[in-house]
Amino acid sequence: MRLTINGEGREYDGRPDVAGLVTGLGLDPRKVAVERNLEIVPRSLYPVTPLMDGDRIEIVHFIGGG
Amino acid sequence: MNAPLQAGTAAADVWTVAGRTFRSRLIVGTGKYKDYALNAAAAEAAGAEIVTVAVRRVNLSDSSQPMLVDYVKPDRFTYLPNTAGCFTGEDAIRTLRLAREAGGWSLVKLEVLSNTPHLYPDMIETLRALDLLVKDGFDVMVYCTDDVVMAKRVEEAGAAAIMPAAAPIGSGLGIQNRVNIRLIVEQAKVPVLVDAGVGTASDATIAMELGCDAVLMNTAIAGAKDPVLMASAMKHAVIAGREAYMAGRMPKRQYADPSSPLAGLI
Repeated sequence: MRLTINGEGREYDGRPDVAGLVTGLGLDPRKVAVERNLEIVPRSLYPVTPLMDGDRIEIVHFIGGG
Repeated sequence: MNAPLQAGTAAADVWTVAGRTFRSRLIVGTGKYKDYALNAAAAEAAGAEIVTVAVRRVNLSDSSQPMLVDYVKPDRFTYLPNTAGCFTGEDAIRTLRLAREAGGWSLVKLEVLSNTPHLYPDMIETLRALDLLVKDGFDVMVYCTDDVVMAKRVEEAGAAAIMPAAAPIGSGLGIQNRVNIRLIVEQAKVPVLVDAGVGTASDATIAMELGCDAVLMNTAIAGAKDPVLMASAMKHAVIAGREAYMAGRMPKRQYADPSSPLAGLI
């Protein structure tokens, strides 16, 4: 399926849920937050939140800032 | 009669924001450091208990890049997520909702800046965002201009703390309007912190002598030649200013008043 992740269009053929996407990208789910189509996905719901073709996903984390 | 302040009793001098109590009155930013290791060393040297952090997209092409949480650890420091880079209330709320999910807490720093070279806050947009955030359950520390009336509006809108700028962000120009900072401190019932514009240790001391509850800075430490040493200087500067404020300074006089008694002169 086609996803837009952090503004980049990407083909995705992994496990079709948020948990699969996050771990498939090599990210530690405890260190990120995910938004799917402008809605926050609570961490506890990653395994049961399905991905659909055309979803717009944002994955963010904390970085240095003032 | 006031007992002299003992070193041991200074530990009891704490401040509280949104129900959380802190001993350190120095909040440090985590931006502009050469690397996260230096950043962590500076935060330790500052004796900070709170650090500000930003929320940004993860790097999808290299997930092995160093992460802030592995150096400046959230179990050691309270993270204060900011809304840097947000120019509208909607952007700020979206960012802080993500921060709350990433960090699991509700204490945040709201800064809605004008898109200008001076980056002074857009207070109309800041107040609008504050209202939305308070309704959404956030405890909001608000970066604001040093306008005394606007500071009152920010407090009335439910701010957990008021954080007037000393000078433009990253300018290092020091406190430009001591009269306003003092008036803001006098009228406020929530903590007041000088945020932005501190350049060197004496600026932090002045903020504390004016009665601020704490000082927030980033570039003054990160931009020093030796950030760890400057962080230590800032820790002492904040303590010095706080103790001077508590001690109550002597009145100013126009003429000399000799320190040695005149009686018994030979």
